[in-house]
Amino acid sequence: MKTTVEIFEALKTNFGEAVELYPSPEKPESVKVTPSEIINVSRFLHDNEAFLFDSIVLLSSVDDANGTKVSLPDGSFDIQGGTLSVVYHLESISFRHKITLIVKTDRANPVVQSVTPVWNGADWHEREAFDLMGIIFLNHPNLIRILMPYDWYDGSHPLRKDYRNPEFYKGMKVN
Amino acid sequence: MSFLETDFVDENIIVTNVNDLFNWARLSSLWQVGFGLACCAIEMMATSAAHYDFDRFGVIPRPSPRHSDIIIISGTVTLKMALRIKRIYEQIPDPKYVISMGSCSNSGGPYWEHGYHVLKGMDRVVPVDVYVPGCPPRPEALLEGLLKLRDKIKYERVATPNK
Repeated sequence: MKTTVEIFEALKTNFGEAVELYPSPEKPESVKVTPSEIINVSRFLHDNEAFLFDSIVLLSSVDDANGTKVSLPDGSFDIQGGTLSVVYHLESISFRHKITLIVKTDRANPVVQSVTPVWNGADWHEREAFDLMGIIFLNHPNLIRILMPYDWYDGSHPLRKDYRNPEFYKGMKVN
Repeated sequence: MSFLETDFVDENIIVTNVNDLFNWARLSSLWQVGFGLACCAIEMMATSAAHYDFDRFGVIPRPSPRHSDIIIISGTVTLKMALRIKRIYEQIPDPKYVISMGSCSNSGGPYWEHGYHVLKGMDRVVPVDVYVPGCPPRPEALLEGLLKLRDKIKYERVATPNK
């Protein structure tokens, strides 16, 4: 059984600047990874004999809503700048330890490496994160919408904080 | 059989008018397309089961819309599903009727305010005859909806079609 700090120490020797404790070294709840290194970190955690993280429990996306709010004339608002996060909960069935990874990307261009090559279970979770939050996963085998209709409007991602419903969809009044 | 009259001594002869005969035939055997979407489907199944029997009103579930008269839309209708429901509704041969069961297909239900994927009411896509309120409606409520539909059919006229 390893704790988060022990796993982080091992990651730091291998990946250096790409990982750090989140939210701070005094409260080591999870490990923050850069978006381009997540695939290497995942492969390391999956293959390494000391860790063997063979199960991805949950992959979810979060809208941090920490940009600047721009008010629009009709009362609603747009958020510009800020970050979107992807949270990975990993668990090892052999050793029974867990870890949480966080990846933060820009809201304007949210691109993250997909971990589907390492854990197949991340496939539909990443599709849901793409559909509802708009985060693009590179090297994903089939990145299309999963809950909204396949031809829903581009750039319209319902779980963002500044989402507004469109008026009509194919002749049906949505509101 | 209350509005078909016996006029002759021989009980096998019945005299009635065409409207009453057609309406009696239609309302006594409303075959439904088995179309359950969500939680209301369970109440619809309970209505079809032993205690609150649907079969005594002549309603039996049919697998295909081409064999049926009525569609009971029970459950939350999403935007994706609404297009398919419209297609199934158009496949039912005339005369056809629609019962909207539960709050979700009446007007969006609990998702009326923030539901981004829910169609707020089935009547935005197909014409509805009877609305049965409830979340989910009890089987007795669905049976009352069916009786109201039978009352509606009882006063139709063959010369002017119902739709």
